[in-house]
Formats: sequence, C-alpha cells, structure tokens
Amino acid sequence: MKQPTNGEARIGFYVCHCGTNIAGVVNVAAVAQYAAQLPGVVVSRDYKYMCSDPGQELIQTDIKEHQLNRVVVASCSPLLHEHTFRTACEKGGLNPFCFQMVNIREHDSWVHEPGDAATEKAKALVRAAVKRVALHTPLEVKRTRIHPDVLVVGGGIAGIQAALTIANGGQNVYLVEREPTIGGHMAKFDKTFPTLDCAACILTPKMSAVASHPNIKLWTYSEVVKVDGFVGNYKVQVRRKPRYVNEELCVGCAKCVDACVYKEEKFEDEFNEGLAKRKPVYLPFPQATPPVVVFDPDACIQLKTGKCKKSCLEACDRNAIIFDQKPETKEIEVGTIILATGFRTFDAARLPQYGFGTLPNVYTSLQIERMVNASGPTDGHIMLKDGRTPKAVGIIHCIGSRDNRTNRWCSRVCCMYSMKLAHLIKQHTGAEVFNFYIDIRAPGKGYEEFYEKLQEEGVHFIRGRVAEVADWPLTKEEEGKLIIRVEDTLAGFVRRIPVDMVVLATGLEPQPDAQDVRRLFNISCSTEGWFLERHPKLAPVSTFTDGIFIAGCCQGPKDIPDTVAQAGAAAGEALSLINAGFIELEPNTSYVIADDCSGCKTCIPLCPYNAISRDEEKKKAVINEAICKGCGVCVAACPSGSIVQNLFTDQEIFSEIEAVLG
Amino acid sequence: MMPLTPTLKFDAERDPSFPKQIMARPGGEKLFGCIQCGTCSATCPVSIYMDYTPRQIMALTRAGFKDEVLRSRTIWLCASCYACTVDCPKEIKITDIMYALKRRAIQDGVYPKRFPIPVLAREFFKMVRRRGRVTESELVVRLMLQTNWLGMVKMWRQGLNLIRTGRFSLKPERMRHAEALRPIFAGGEPHLATRTPRHPWEAES
Amino acid sequence: MKFSYFPGCSLKGTGRAYEESLLAVCRALGVEVQELDDWNCCGATAYMAVSEAAGYMMNTRNLALAERDSHELLAPCNACYLSLKKTQHYIAEYPSVAAQATGALAAEKLSYTGKVKVRHPLDVLVNDVGLPAIKKAVKQPLKGFKVAPYYGCQIVRPFAEFDDQQNPVLMDKLFQALGAEVVRYPLKTRCCGGSLTGTIGEVGQRLSFILLNEAQRRGATCVATVCPLCQFNLDSYQAEMSRQWSPVRMPVVYFTQLLGLALGLDEKALGLQRCIVPLPAQEVHA
Repeated sequence: MKQPTNGEARIGFYVCHCGTNIAGVVNVAAVAQYAAQLPGVVVSRDYKYMCSDPGQELIQTDIKEHQLNRVVVASCSPLLHEHTFRTACEKGGLNPFCFQMVNIREHDSWVHEPGDAATEKAKALVRAAVKRVALHTPLEVKRTRIHPDVLVVGGGIAGIQAALTIANGGQNVYLVEREPTIGGHMAKFDKTFPTLDCAACILTPKMSAVASHPNIKLWTYSEVVKVDGFVGNYKVQVRRKPRYVNEELCVGCAKCVDACVYKEEKFEDEFNEGLAKRKPVYLPFPQATPPVVVFDPDACIQLKTGKCKKSCLEACDRNAIIFDQKPETKEIEVGTIILATGFRTFDAARLPQYGFGTLPNVYTSLQIERMVNASGPTDGHIMLKDGRTPKAVGIIHCIGSRDNRTNRWCSRVCCMYSMKLAHLIKQHTGAEVFNFYIDIRAPGKGYEEFYEKLQEEGVHFIRGRVAEVADWPLTKEEEGKLIIRVEDTLAGFVRRIPVDMVVLATGLEPQPDAQDVRRLFNISCSTEGWFLERHPKLAPVSTFTDGIFIAGCCQGPKDIPDTVAQAGAAAGEALSLINAGFIELEPNTSYVIADDCSGCKTCIPLCPYNAISRDEEKKKAVINEAICKGCGVCVAACPSGSIVQNLFTDQEIFSEIEAVLG
Repeated sequence: MMPLTPTLKFDAERDPSFPKQIMARPGGEKLFGCIQCGTCSATCPVSIYMDYTPRQIMALTRAGFKDEVLRSRTIWLCASCYACTVDCPKEIKITDIMYALKRRAIQDGVYPKRFPIPVLAREFFKMVRRRGRVTESELVVRLMLQTNWLGMVKMWRQGLNLIRTGRFSLKPERMRHAEALRPIFAGGEPHLATRTPRHPWEAES
Repeated sequence: MKFSYFPGCSLKGTGRAYEESLLAVCRALGVEVQELDDWNCCGATAYMAVSEAAGYMMNTRNLALAERDSHELLAPCNACYLSLKKTQHYIAEYPSVAAQATGALAAEKLSYTGKVKVRHPLDVLVNDVGLPAIKKAVKQPLKGFKVAPYYGCQIVRPFAEFDDQQNPVLMDKLFQALGAEVVRYPLKTRCCGGSLTGTIGEVGQRLSFILLNEAQRRGATCVATVCPLCQFNLDSYQAEMSRQWSPVRMPVVYFTQLLGLALGLDEKALGLQRCIVPLPAQEVHA
C-alpha cells in the first residue's frame, strides 16, 4: 500500500458532474480549478460520471502515474459510492482509507439554486476535505469469523421455514419456541386463502421435518434469556421451562390425560381461543410437535399441593413423568440469529361497541377458525351458544386497524381471511353472510380472483364501517338478534341488519413483549412496535445489528406467502455470512490510549453496543473493536480525552471545521 | 312527460377555498384524513332523516361543493350528541365541523329561513344578548309563532302540563347586569389580534 | 366540601325539580353550594351554531367568576357541563380560541387561568361524597324500584373524565347502593334528541321514544336522568309518542330525586310533583 512519502501528502482531486445533477447547479470546472491550487493537490480533474468504469480507472491510473497517496472525490452521498471509490483506490494500490468523499450533490446541488453561492459552498466543502485527507492514516479492515451454527427464535411458519432451509443447507440450527409446541398461529387455522388449502395439511409435514431433522435441535417450552457477543460470535443462554415430562421418553400417547384425577376439563384451553377447556395435563393439539404432554403447574394438584393420587404416573408405561423437574439453562454459541417471533391479535374487548365479551355470539376471527376446524372444539360445526346453526352472519373488517385511537396501520390479511371465513361459514351453514368493509385489499396472487368467487357465491359485501352491534330491536324481525347498524355507503342508506352471529376480523399487532425482546437482542423497533428492518425496500430482513435477521410478522403484518419468502430470505442472509466464513468490519472504531486512561469508568455504561469493558487488573477501559460501531459517544464523553476514533480523530475533525470556515 | 334534470358536476362549480376555510376552524384540522368509512353516518341517531349523511357532507366539503353543503338540512339536524366525533377512526371532530358549517350558512345567508332550527338559534342568540339568560317558555313561544302557529296550538296539552307542574316560567330569567356581556357582543377588546366580526344577527332587534 | 354552583337557564325553568332535589340532597349530605353570582347563559348547543367567539367568551366569563370564588364549579345540566368543559379544553388546545375567549374579561376585571375544575353532581356525589357515606345515610332503601339509568350524550362525549365513555356506570352503582334494581340499559348514552323535540318533533320525539320504549321493554319502572333537557324530552311527549308509535308510560326522574327519596327527604322538597308522568304513589311511599 502506498505510504505518504516524507509525510508529504500528494492528493488527487476529482469532482463529478453527475450529468446535470451537480453540473447544472455548481460550476464544477471552477471547483476543479480551485482545488488545483490547494496545498497538497497534485492532480485535479472534473469528469462526467466518476462512478462509471472509466471514472474509477481515472483514479487508478492517476495513483500510479502521479504517485498519489491521498484521494478526494467530490460527488454524491458516501452511502452510495464511498465503497466504489475506496475499492478503486485499493485497485490502484492505495490504502482505501486514505480517501475522503465530499457530498456536493445531496448537500449542495440538490438543495440550492444554481449560481455563485452553490459553487462557493462546494469549494468550501472541498477545501475542508483536502485539508482533512492529508491527516488520514492507512487502516486495515478487520475480519471476524462467523460461527456456523444458527439460532432461530420462534417456531411458527417463519421460524420453521428458516430452520429447515438452513438445516437443509448443512448447518446446525437451534430452534427455540416458547410454547410447548411449534406451529404458531398457522396451526390454529382451518383453511388458508386463496387456495383453501388445509392449513394443518401443509404445515404439519414441515413440523415433522423439523422434529426429525438431524441438523435441527428443537427446544420448545423454552425462551432466550441472555444474548452476548457480536456478529459471528454470539453466546446465548436459553432457559428450558419444566413440562414435568421427560421429552426423550414421552411419545404423546396421552394415557396420562385420560387417567388424570380431573374427570372433566376445567381449565382454559389456550389453543382453542377460550372455546374449550382442558385438563392440567394436556397435549396442546393432536399434531403437537414434539408430541409430548405438558403439565400446567397452576392447575395440576400434585404440582400445587404435593397431595394427589397421581393416577397419571400409574397410567404412564414409559415412566416419563417427572414431578420434580427443574428449569434448565442451556448455553449455546451461534454466529447468526433469526428472530421470527410473530404477532398477537388485537383484543376485541377494547372496542365495547361491538359487544365482544358482553353480547352472546360475538366471536373473533381466530375463534371462528377453531370452530370451523374439524378438529376444533365443535368438530367443525359453526354454532351459536345455544347450539343452533346461525342463519345470518355478519363479518366486520378492520377491528382495531386503520384507527388512530388503536392501531393506525392496515393489518393486510384481514380482508382476505374475512373472505375466506365468509366462504367457509356459507359452506358449513348455508347462512346469509355479510362482510362489512371500508376498502377491499386483495393485492396478492389469486386474491382478486378469490374476491370475485366470493361475490359469485352471493356473500353480501357492504361498504361501511359498522358503528355498533346492538341487542335492542325496533321491529319484530329484530327480536332476539344482534343488530348491526351501518351506512351502506354504496347503496346509499343507513341500514339495520339483524344477524345471529357476529365475527370480528381482529387486526395484527406486535407481541406484547416485543420491546423486551428487541432489547435482549439489541435491535430496534419502529414507532408502531414492529421489529425494525435495515431498509424498508432494500433490506427487509436485516436489522441494524449485524448478524441478526428478522422474518415474518414480527417485522410487520403479512400473509403466509410473504412470511415464507422472508424466512427464506433471512436464511439466505445467514447462509451467506456462514458461507463467506468471515465478515469485514469498518475500521472507524475507537480505541483507548491506555496511558491516558484514568479508569474513571465514565465511558463503560454509555456504550449502546456494550463494547467497552474494564480491565480489572490494569484498571483501564478496553474497547472491543469487533463490537464497536464507531458512534463516538465514548470519545466525546471521556474526560481525559484518552479515547481516539479512527477516521474521526480530533485533528481530522478540527482541520475540516477550520478549512470549511475559510 | 317525466321531468329529467341532469346532475353532472363540473369542476368550475367547486370552491377550493371552502374546505380550507372550514379546516381553519378549531376542530376542522383533520378533514383531509377522512377515509369515507361511514362510521359517523352509522352512529348518528338522526342521519336517517338527513338529505346528505354526515359522511357525504365530509366528502362534499372536502371537494368544495359549498352550495350543496350549506343548503343541506343535514347541518341543521345535527343535535351535537358527539357520537360521530367519538367514533371517527381518523379523529375528525365532525360535530365541530357541523357547527362551523351552520355558522357559515348563517353568515352567507343561505340557511333555510323558515326551518325551525336556525330560527331557534337566532331567538336564543337574541334573548341572551338582551338579558344574559334564556327563558325557555318564552323561547318556545317565539319559535312557534315564527315557524309553526298551528303546531303551537296543538301543543296545548304540553303547555298545560308544564303550567300545572310549575315548569312554565311566567317571568323572564335575567342577569342583574346583562350589560356585562356587551364587550362579548361588541367583538372583544380592540387591542386583540383576532377581532370577532360583528354578527349579522346582532343588528336585529 | 364547598362548591360554586352554576344552575344554567334550564334549572330555573323546566328543570326546577333538578335544582330543588340537588340542593336538598347536597344539604342532607353536607355538600355546601353557592350559586355563582350573576352568571350568564352557557350557550348550550345553540350558540356554537351562531357565533363561535361569543360562545367561548360567555363560558369563559362563567369560568372566570368561578375562579374568583376559588371553589370547584358544579354544573348539573349536561349541556352547561359540556360547554364549560369544552371551552376549557379548547382554550388550552387552540391559541386562537385562547386569544378570543379571554378578550371580554378585562372589562369586569376578571381573569381566567384554567385552574378551576368543572364537575358534574353525579361525579361529586358518587366519587367525592362516596358510596359508603351515602349508604350510611340511606333511610328508605329503594326496594321494588327497577331503574334504567340514562346518562345522555354530553356527560361522556366528547370528554369522559369521570366515567367510562361507552358504558358509564356511576349511576348504576349509585342506585345499587340505594337498594334499587338496575336494569341493563345499552341505550344509556344514546341521544334523546336534544332541542330537536321542540323544533322537528317527529325526529326528536322519535329518539326519545326509542329510549323509553326500550326501557319499558326491559322491565324498568322508571328512567333516571342527569340532564334537564333529557328529562323534559322523555317526560313531556309520552302521550304524543303513544299515539304516533306505540304506548309508552314511564316516569322519568332526576337521579337526585331518587337519591333524595332514599335519604328519606320529603317528595315536595324533591320536586317530584313536577314530573308530568308521575312516579307511582306506592313506589314513593314504600
């Protein structure tokens, strides 16, 4: 790499026209002329498109011919082409960090009127860069290895898909799920739109594959409790909750469930959305994976009081039940992490005008999914509380969504699943079905066609947001019914529509502990609470923390096709890192000059990335340059000025300021 | 022959400044956020009597069809129950917009002159300006004399009931010093930046 | 416990029984009230339709008078309660309103800082006096009363500061504490028609009819109100409603009248004779 000769800078300066983007506002020829007479500048050129191949070759040729040891390019934002020009320098034989870029497009030509002032500003910015670059020193890009194992957090369809893709690629995966079984929300659905595939039929083979895959370690009923480290080198602690059953021995025959001293199911069955009850020992659903029962410590008499007949123990012929099982903490090392923690549905009780929880026969969409499911609490029969079959059903879209007072966003899937439920309800009961919507959102493949099919089936689509579901009748026909009051905006009337059953299409929202989880993994959430992607268009599964990826609804509401696509994308990102084997780190990191450090510990708690630790022996601060992201907080805070940041030393910054002021 | 009237709205009939003027009043700020969901019309207890539903009034106002809006019965039928304001998912203060439209209709002189509701508003306004308080019995009599002579006769039963139960005030309610209200009707202190314009009805009686 | 008291124009006219029963109940429960001196009309819903500035200014004057007396301001009529509250909120939220509203105060050397609190008697009686204290003072529990508590709109919309906006329960709790049976009444905040009963009878009276009819259908023996206009609308047109739609006969009382009965106060003192549809004698004398 070219070193500065005799400490003397030999600077090559290039100003880009960027077509008319810059040249139309700034007099680039004048800027080049001005730069030519600045101290240290040996070559000064203007060129139409510096980022083009010829442009880059210009730099490479000049470095060799003029023995340049510093390069400045005045063009667009570094976010776009800093890497391009650094690489060009490297190809020309110059250390890529002996380069400085000046933004005279976003910072000048794009925000000012053409004229002398814009040109003078460009000159000032160039002057600053030229003064600064002379102080740059060659820096080496560091590399860190990528541990080949992957952690996937969340065992819904997103986590399952990601785990399978990575495991099939030959890498080891830990799949951690906090419920006793994987499957997530999709396991509760009956059919999926628009194909009306049976959800379980397409999901369970994947669940099975996860369970039997040699490269996947499946830990259900477990949660991540601690995450340390950085990209390629994460140390994670996983806490396995006791199910009071030996997972290796239990085969899920459920004889213990039959034998339980509770002859009747008395406890809330979470899987069936409150429509059924279960016993203290239970299998969440028939295809639960792993097929192992769980004991509920808040319900099981033995676990609560220690005094029970324990008929379950007798019934188990594999000795799988362990009442004194303790929680276990596992420590694992992984190189990359994929978060696929999913969503929660909006609590319909927050909108009392729709009667959820106060009026009978008002259900949420998930409850109807369970009801219409053949393996659900009613064996697939849609029925009212008193056992009758409904003759008229109202499905209300946008519950909790598109509302400034609850969730501002559109939950994306509810129009489609509401249509699906309309079809299933009509199929099962022959009832008259009304869908009440504000807009129909059917953007996916086959979605508009599905809407057409529903219309042909005679489902009434009424454009109007329902004001209330009432139980006070105005006519004889309305007695004993639930009355929906709505403005049929298309037909042009306010209507009262009596139905037997109301289905609330509840929207999607972030998990209640999303903030806790994101802090655990050191990523960010958007203002709405979804995990934040690095770029909404170009990096939807990456986060701002290297090595941690997100997939599925934890990033924002989406349907199953998009979830599976994102899971594959996240797996691809992880495999890409693993395949490369190492990652390069931007050298704008900070380091402590140990002699100057007084050990005051001011910097340590300030680091947002936990990169600073204390050497207890020497009583000095030490920065782990692999984790350091170069934010500069410690540099600014250090009272003795003993922390230095590469590429942003005090001298470099001050020289820029002095020069820009003229 | 069936009389046919074409209803094609030309762009020249719009008044683009109209929605901005309505939105400048407190409560009107969020009008452009309306997604036309119809919750306001659905929850409004009197929307079934209106010529345009509240949702339609929002659409017409936003588009600038001032005449249709100000000449509608809708804005006068609004009873200010605030159900729409509370239920609107875009937090539009619809009731306040209805008030703004009422005031504008009066200002522009396009309110339905014999419609009981603006007549009631005017009599209320004048009575308070004179005495500082309202005497309900007198107010109702004045209202009916101007709008529904026969109706008043038909309400003899109500009248008698009210007199019988001592709820019909025979002497007017008044402040001791109603002139304390004069600065309010004179348009506020002169040194204030925002001057209240003299109201068209202040000149009357 | 002392309050400034803003009766509003209705309580001196058609709503006299509200004032009578409110003052009687306050006396019995040790709540001191002092009528605001030379108060002016709040403007109700009529003023905002005519002049926004005058509407805010009139209420600011009342608020300033209350601030001068430095007690919390009791406003029994829902419309007065809302006008005063809305003025307070809008002065705080909109600088243009704040500038206009305080314009007329200087002439009377009044000032408004925003610290006065506007309270509804339902709030004060149930939350400040408290149900335990009221229960102790009950002499004649309301046995046999099946009350449909009707709150009306403006006490919970758009500001619901002392009870739930969709399903207020303070009156329900109060009547249960007084020994009455409370009917489940989902129309408890649906509009009674307001001033429309007098201007466009078919509309306003229909709204009130729906309320009475449903209360009747659910087996209520009386409807309790917190607003003089609601009481008037529900009470005065029952004969017309019965002719126009279907028979309704439902006594409509103020919640303070029921409270007074339970406290053993005299019916005349509570203004019960002013109801157009009277409470059945046996209920009163139970």
